[in-house]
Amino acid sequence: MSEQSYVRTEMLSEQPAPLGQTGMLKWMRENLFSSIMNSIMTVVSFAVIILVLMQLIPWMMQPSWVSGSLRQCLDDPNIDGACWGVIRDRFNQLMYGFYPHAEQWRPNLAVVLMLVAVAPVLFDKLPRKMVWFSAIYPFLGAWLLWGGSAWTPILVVAGFAIGYIAFKMLHNMVGNMAMIGAVLAAVIWWLYGIGSVSAWLHSMLPIGIEAVPSSQFGGFMLSMTIGISGIALSLPIGIVLALGRQSDMFIIKTLSVGYIELIRGVPLITLLFVASVLLNFFMPPGTNFDLILRVIIMVTLFAAAYMAEVIRGGLAALPVGQYEAADALGLDYWKSMRLIIMPQALKISIPGIVGSFIGLFKDTTLVSVIGLLDPVGLIRTIQGSAEWNGLVWELFLFVSLLFWLFCFSMSRYSMYLERKLQTSH
Amino acid sequence: MSQVEQKEVDRSGMEVSDETAIEIINMNKWYGDFHVLKDINMVVNRGERIVVCGPSGSGKSTLIRCINRLEEHQKGDIIVDGTELSSDLKNIDKIRSEVGMVFQHFNLFPHLSILENCTLAPIWVRKTPKKEAEEIAMHFLEKVKIPEQALKYPGQLSGGQQQRVAIARSLCMKPRIMLFDEPTSALDPEMIAEVLDTMVQLAEEGMTMIVVTHEMGFARKVANRVVFMDQGQIVEQNSPEQFFDNPQSERTQLFLSQILGH
Repeated sequence: MSEQSYVRTEMLSEQPAPLGQTGMLKWMRENLFSSIMNSIMTVVSFAVIILVLMQLIPWMMQPSWVSGSLRQCLDDPNIDGACWGVIRDRFNQLMYGFYPHAEQWRPNLAVVLMLVAVAPVLFDKLPRKMVWFSAIYPFLGAWLLWGGSAWTPILVVAGFAIGYIAFKMLHNMVGNMAMIGAVLAAVIWWLYGIGSVSAWLHSMLPIGIEAVPSSQFGGFMLSMTIGISGIALSLPIGIVLALGRQSDMFIIKTLSVGYIELIRGVPLITLLFVASVLLNFFMPPGTNFDLILRVIIMVTLFAAAYMAEVIRGGLAALPVGQYEAADALGLDYWKSMRLIIMPQALKISIPGIVGSFIGLFKDTTLVSVIGLLDPVGLIRTIQGSAEWNGLVWELFLFVSLLFWLFCFSMSRYSMYLERKLQTSH
Repeated sequence: MSQVEQKEVDRSGMEVSDETAIEIINMNKWYGDFHVLKDINMVVNRGERIVVCGPSGSGKSTLIRCINRLEEHQKGDIIVDGTELSSDLKNIDKIRSEVGMVFQHFNLFPHLSILENCTLAPIWVRKTPKKEAEEIAMHFLEKVKIPEQALKYPGQLSGGQQQRVAIARSLCMKPRIMLFDEPTSALDPEMIAEVLDTMVQLAEEGMTMIVVTHEMGFARKVANRVVFMDQGQIVEQNSPEQFFDNPQSERTQLFLSQILGH
């Protein structure tokens, strides 16, 4: 027994790691050449990559930027590959569709202002007062794009004030049911009130910019308009639906489940056709409900159903103790959702939420099916023109690059956000 | 189970008043068809420290969870601080803000710092100004001896530290009653002592406490009544001296021989 008894008198201090455990060579040995099989795969993969690039790069590096038509490209002995002239020739169209040239500063300004508006939402280090600009941006941005009387966006905002007043007035009489009255009042105002009041105010005090009808919208601008509106609107609706699905109240739960299952079970194209054809039947005669607006509503409703399921996953992943702790502290339902449950559930769902956003943004290309000229719709138009008939790869590559840039930055942002919200160590 | 036994407990502040803090009358609860709590009758006076013990599944956790309505009872009455627990949400939120609760698994909010964990409820429920809430929070974090961790997140703390934060978080609401649901069961032996010390300190200041625990050393030193439950019923309640040295019911004797016998 005596050999096995041992008493340590001094604790050991920390030592640096042995040499050769860090650096480039070690990384390559571990990751690329760790076994014979792995080494073969590494060599073969590099060979394939180099082979592809050897074909692709010469095809892309062509002095064809100035060409005015596909014929010119084919006739030019210096050009043997991509005909990039089409991008230069049709760049404006791919970006703005048929938006009037003189007014194109408006979408540009709208994009710049949008970056200012989303900045405080994306980065919490910016001053909180900027959120006020984010709140008015949707109305300002829409007015910049569609133009018309400056009174219209102001009256749309007034709809919220009307809803609020209706809520205050009804609250004393029917309690929380006043919410329904408030929503009704605002919707009636938006559907029937705005048109005539706006026209009347405009005749008294005409302030405004030239109106651009939806039919002239197109290109990447159209994708951005639909995609960003859909993204911004589907998240809050999705949150409400996810909470509704978890609710103890039978009717709210049934409605939420019914909505989610119905919308998820229908292809988006069907909904877009409903938007373009059917929806007008349900509107009061004489109301002219803008096609792009209808598409935005459909895309939003569609994405919201998916969003709700993604967020429900996040809610399900939270330990029940979080709900109990919030309850035990005396927080009411909405406060515990807002302060405790949602911040954590949304954090868990970030990959899924961004996945839905990216899916939604790419799905905007489906609007070409109902005749809207998004970049994909324009590709067909351009291919049908006399100058560029027969051109395939260049346009698709360019449009893919545009979408990829947008989606990749969303994906990078979500990774940044996940790292930032990591609080476990 | 003898972590607190080395220290002398100062009983000077532990006076029990005649005022009733909690009254439970003929309370019954079912999970579906399963009758978990049967005819519970219990009066807790202000300043009393009650330890509830019993085998697992005896309904002791369910009992204290009924007191702040984390569980709903189906029959009988529970009156907390003069307010009757009914399905009226206003009453429930009022009682919850007066009754602090500490859980077995701490249930700190992982997305908030320690300080934010402690200030959240005072700010949003009590409408305390942020600065004042932070002062209160620091006061209680000092009391549980971890003010230096205020800006860290729960995930960076040890289990014992997290549980002490959980106690501080409840205290920030200045509750009149504290419920402890097996506060040391998820902790390593080394950390149990620090949590029990905090609870002893709280008892010395005269807090009304109901503690579900298996720490019999704590019960003997601090409690002025031990309640033994089995199969959803209160089998025996007595002063700790009587309870441990001279248990009356056979069921209690068996239980005590099992948990003290090794």
